[in-house]
This record gives sequence, structure tokens and C-alpha cells, in this order.
Amino acid sequence: MAAAQSSRDFVIDAGASASADVVQAMADAPSLDGGLAWANGGPVRVSGRAWLDTFDWRLYRAGLTLEQVTGRDRAELVLTGREGDVLAVARLAVSRKPRWPSLVSALPPGPLRELIEPVAGVRALSPVARATSRVSELRGLNDDAKTVARLAVDRMSVTYPARASAPARLMLTPVRGYSGVTDRVGRAIAGVPGVSPFRGSALDAALAAVGQRAGERPGKAASVRLSPAMPAGTAMAAILTGLLDALEANVPGTVRDVDTEFLHDLRIAVRWTRSALKLCGDALPGGLAREYRPEFGWLGDLTTPTRDLDVYLLGFAGMAAGLVGASESELTPFRDYLVRSRAREHRRLARGLRSARFARLTAGWRESLDDVRPARKRLTVAQLADERIRAAQRKALRAGQLITVASPPERLHDLRKRCKELRYLVEMFGSLHDPAQHWQAVRELKALQNCLGEFQDAEVQRTEMRLFAGQMLADRSAPATTLLAMGEIAADLARRQRAARNEFGSRFADFASPASQARLTELARTAAA
Amino acid sequence: MKIFASYNIKGGVGKTATAVNLSYLAARDGYQVLLWDLDPQGAASYLFRIKPRVKGGGKGLIKGTKSVDAAIKGTDFDGLDLLPADFTYRNLDLLLDAAKRPERRLASLLAPLKAEYDAVFLDCPPSISLLSESVLHAADVLLVPLIPTTLSVRTLDQLTEFVGSFNGHRPDVLAFFSMIDRRKRLHTQIAQELPAARRSFATTVIPSASLIEQMSVHRAPVAAFAPRSQAARSYRELWREARERAGLEQAVSPDPDSVRE
Repeated sequence: MAAAQSSRDFVIDAGASASADVVQAMADAPSLDGGLAWANGGPVRVSGRAWLDTFDWRLYRAGLTLEQVTGRDRAELVLTGREGDVLAVARLAVSRKPRWPSLVSALPPGPLRELIEPVAGVRALSPVARATSRVSELRGLNDDAKTVARLAVDRMSVTYPARASAPARLMLTPVRGYSGVTDRVGRAIAGVPGVSPFRGSALDAALAAVGQRAGERPGKAASVRLSPAMPAGTAMAAILTGLLDALEANVPGTVRDVDTEFLHDLRIAVRWTRSALKLCGDALPGGLAREYRPEFGWLGDLTTPTRDLDVYLLGFAGMAAGLVGASESELTPFRDYLVRSRAREHRRLARGLRSARFARLTAGWRESLDDVRPARKRLTVAQLADERIRAAQRKALRAGQLITVASPPERLHDLRKRCKELRYLVEMFGSLHDPAQHWQAVRELKALQNCLGEFQDAEVQRTEMRLFAGQMLADRSAPATTLLAMGEIAADLARRQRAARNEFGSRFADFASPASQARLTELARTAAA
Repeated sequence: MKIFASYNIKGGVGKTATAVNLSYLAARDGYQVLLWDLDPQGAASYLFRIKPRVKGGGKGLIKGTKSVDAAIKGTDFDGLDLLPADFTYRNLDLLLDAAKRPERRLASLLAPLKAEYDAVFLDCPPSISLLSESVLHAADVLLVPLIPTTLSVRTLDQLTEFVGSFNGHRPDVLAFFSMIDRRKRLHTQIAQELPAARRSFATTVIPSASLIEQMSVHRAPVAAFAPRSQAARSYRELWREARERAGLEQAVSPDPDSVRE
């Protein structure tokens, strides 16, 4: 497909009475081949526009823009690249447009879906903005009445995420082989008072009209910008408020079950919060951490069963593809069982997230964090980070050194928890560290955690598999062939667990190496400096 | 990318009208289309209101000192570009003669455009020359407009035999009757008998219509200024046959405003 001719865009600033001046400037602009006349390019085209992306802007961050354009008798999805070049188009039946939010699998099969699938992954697509565009076109004609430039005027009314009128956008598009004309017209338009160049996309314009920007990522637990001299209590309150924002941003998507990542991100925010309370809660005013730790424990437990089942279902195709003796279809009753269980657990989770207890927890927690004032005992956040990272580092090292070939799985699980705590601390206080050292330390920690995670996940899944098999037998939903196929998966899990166990020695040795440990110590020292 | 060449040894049989209308209809269907006006008379360029001038002339293009890409102009129609004629094209035979593998030269000049265009139409001058040979080697479908006379059918036979002698790539010959005058008995008789007997014939015939002649007044394809006319309908039908012959896949986003039968 041909790349679009790149257009030169302008906006007529709201309030400026520049439209008439623009028309005059265009008429006066170039004297090329005997002059340029402007003709109406046809009737005004009205279209409904919805820009789609994942909650965490995966398409936008990958330089892609997906737009659903709906006209009177047609609807289509248009995927464009960074320069506005059209990468793929998919026609939609007006009567059978996807209902948003939808997973990528709801898009019509074809090149557009193939381009989006690897980027969006398991995340659903939802409208990030909606608008109605009224576009009128003018054609610049030379003395042969040949079109040598096109100017589209887009008057856009934004309807979501808020209502607003976007400033009129002028899009000057060159006709191939006549770019000189466009240059001249462009210069003339740019000189009109009240007109300014616009370098964004229509999505950027729609969001700008409602005071927002594309790519802002709510719902991700991320390190808050801290300064080393900040009082520890104030810093912890800032970190925990950020985590509460992330948690709350993921609640509606989790309750509506838009995609599995909402719950995943919600759980990350809860885990970080629990670790922060456990490891640094004493920096908060007296009793606050002690009061809220059980409540966040409850919230964590509430979310676990659904997430566990999500993990099963997300990895199901991979598990089924690994079958050697059994066939994939024999696993269908198992999959149906997981889907039923997941639906039941999700209902329970949604009830919990809509409960008065949850509302009390989040409201009370926010109020308490807002009330945190610097303590009289002036511990800085840098000192706190230094102290706690060192302690967590020592604990992780000790837990790992105690592990021998004969150690039970619980020992590895314990080390995994210590490593998680260490990593959360490193990430939470990340803005205090040297970025290069920070990412290297996180990478090394991740390598060990992945190995421990693989070991533990296989252990849990194997245990659960026995439980599922027992329950399926009890409610007579499992034929013998399904149980045999499940046995094969359990055997594969055992193999994966053994492999992770064998890998553990070298992974831990890397983590315990002087270079790696020195890096962590150095991080702590940077924090304290 | 599929290459369609509108070709006949004779002049005045409707080659340009065919290339102009079919390229326009292909673009309306959502394909990215290039029309190369190879005729130094520049009729196709005139119809699209584009000056018949190419920087560096035919020499620059054939020798490769000027890129084909830089010479392309956008028409007034979405998805349709034109590589204009140039008066120096009258010497293309001599230039090709001096080039290496002249019969493959046109194909190699068009090869870099593969990523950009779905279809290329070549509007050829009436002749049998090295240029026509290069066109025949480059084309996937050879659109041959014929006036329904015994002699033009004989010419078609010679052309088919010549193309059949090629080693490797051979264009699919799609002949069709053009400028059919229903009032002439010979026209009607030949137009009815021949297509049924030969695979190379399209079932579509293009009528002799004053609207087609008026293209030079409107300076636009008849399918654009009189989309509901019999002539436009015939070109749409011919385009459907040509597209099927070429095995061109359905365009990504056909224009829903295009006239439907």
C-alpha cells in the first residue's frame, strides 16, 4: 500500500477570526504556472471517529494509531503509523461493528488484526477518545484546472473523554509531483495571525481539546519521583498514594472483566503496598501500617483465585500444544471446568470490589495518607531506602545460601518472597538511584526471580491440578480421557519444575556474585548519599 | 503488482481510452494505480490535465539517470498516479536498442514500484518495435482493443503467436472489440461469433460512443464524468474481466461510492 502523502497541518486558534484571512492568504499565495484557484472539493463529509487503544496505550507507545471511522453507510478501522501512513484498513459491516471494549480477536481477520495482535497481546481495545468530524475540502487548481494541492478543513467535536470543540484543523496535502505549490501555500497560511502549525495526529488534537494527552498511563505501579532529603514518612505516603491511584484505576476494568491485565495490575499495586507496609511501614505515623496490613492482606487474598485461574487459561493453548499422548480435544472438559470456576471466582471478586469493606479501605487509606505529616524524628527517604534495601539484600542472600539440593520447595518459595521484597524496594526507591545501575540490578534480580517463579508456579499448578481432578471427578464432569490428559500436563509441570530446580544453582550464584552484590550495595549507597 | 498494457499495432482503436478508464476504475476499487503514458502524443497525460513533460526525458528514464519515481504525478483521483508522456519518447526504440537486454528494460524500470502500486497500466503507442517488445515482456495482461474487421483479427492472431514464442514469462492476451457500431452488420456479426470461439477474447465489447470522444472535452475518464452511461458500464465490465485475468486480489478498501450495477 502506498504511503500517504504527508500533510502539513495547522490549527486556527480558538477565538481567532482567522478563517477569512486564511482564505485570502491561500488565494494570494503562489503565483505558479499562471496562478492558483481554489475550488470546492465536494460536500462536507461527516464521520464518527473513535480511537482505540489498550488501557496502557500499547498501540500508541508502539507508534500505532487505530481509528474506527463511521460514515453514513460505511464503517472501517484504519491503522496508521507514526507519520500518519496508512498501514492497514479493515471494512466493518455497519450493523455488526465490534462492541468496545473488545479483545483483538473480535476484529475481522486480516492484515490489520495481524499487525495489532502482537502489540496489544491479551489487552482489550477500548475507545480512548470519540469525536464527530465535519471535513470540507478545497482543491487548488492550476491554469489547466488540474488539482495541484488539497486543503481539508476539519471541524471536530469531541464527545469522549469529555465534550469540547477542537480548534479547526487545516490539513494541507501535496499532490504528488507538485510539492512546490504546497510549500508556498503552507508558508502563506503559516503567516496568518491566529494560525499555528500543528504536528500531532487527529487523536492528539481531540485529546488536547479536552486537556489530555495520549500515552498517559494510569494503573501502573511505578516509582514516584523522590528527592533524597525528603522525610521518610512523607515519601512513603507519596509512594503509597501512587500505588493507591494505580489500584483504583484498575478496579472498573477488573469488575467489568474487560481483560485479564486489569486484575494483574491491580494485584501488583496491592503486592507493592503490602511489601511497603511490611518493610517500611514504621516510617508512617504510629499504628497506620498495623491497621491497614490485614485489610490489604484481605484484598490480596480476594484477588488470588481469579488470577490463578487466569494464568491457567492464558497458558492453556501452550499446555495443550505440549501434549504428546493425549489429544487437545480431550482437554476440553478441563478447559470448560476452568472457565466455569473462573466465572464463579470472578463474581466473588467483583462482589468484594463493590463491597462496603473495599470502599472503606480505599477511602480511609487515602484520607490517612493525605494526613501524613513529617515526623519529628527526621529520617530521610534516602536513609530509609539504604537501610531497608541492605536488610532485604542480607535476608535474600541468607535465605538462598541455606538452600541445598535436599531443601524442600518451601525454602525456594521463601527465597522467592525475599527476592520480591528486595525488588519492590529497589523499584520503589528507583528515582533515588543511578538509572544504569538501577536497571542492571533489576535485570539481575529478575533473572533469579524468573527461575524461582517457574519453580513455584509449577509446584502450585501441580498441586492445584490434583485438586481440580478430584473436584471434576466428584461432580462427574471429567471423562477418563480428560483425566489422563491432565496427568500428562501434571507430568510436564513436574519436568519444568525439575528443570527450574537444576537451573537455580547457577542463577543464585550470579545473584550472590561479588559484582552483583556490590551493585545492590552501591544502589543503597547512592540512595543514602 | 500487476502490469496491464493497452496495446495494438494500429492507431485510433481506443487504446488510450481503455488505459485511462481502466486505471481510473482500478483506483476507484481501492487499488494503488500508476498509468504510464508511453505515447509521445501524450493523449492520456492531456486527459488527466498533466503536462507531457518528464525531466531528463525518455533518455534519463531508460538510462536510469533519472528515477521513474521522481517523474510521477498525482492525478485528480485518489489512488491514481500518472507517469507523463514526453515528446522524447519518440526515440525510445533507439534508447532501448542501446540498453542491455532491451526487451526486459521496461520490466526492470517498473520493478522498484512494486511496493507502492497494486496495478500499473501502460498506454502504448501504435507500433511494432523494440518498445512494444519490451512492453509485451513486462505485461501480465495485454489488453488489445480491436475494431471488428477480418484484418484486425488476423493482426491479433499474429500478436498471439508472437507472444506464444516467448520463453518464460508470457502475458495473458485479453482482446476485446472496441468502437462497436451496432448499426453495422459486420461489426455485430464478428462481435458475436469470435469471443465464443477464442479464450483470448473478453465477453465485454466497448461501444462506439460520442461520450468516449467527449473525454477530451471533459479531460476526464468517461467513468468519472458519466458513470451511469453505457460506455462507463462497458469499461467497468471490461475491468472486471481484466482483473480476474490478472488474478488481482480484492482491494483492501473499495470505494463504496463507486457506481454499482
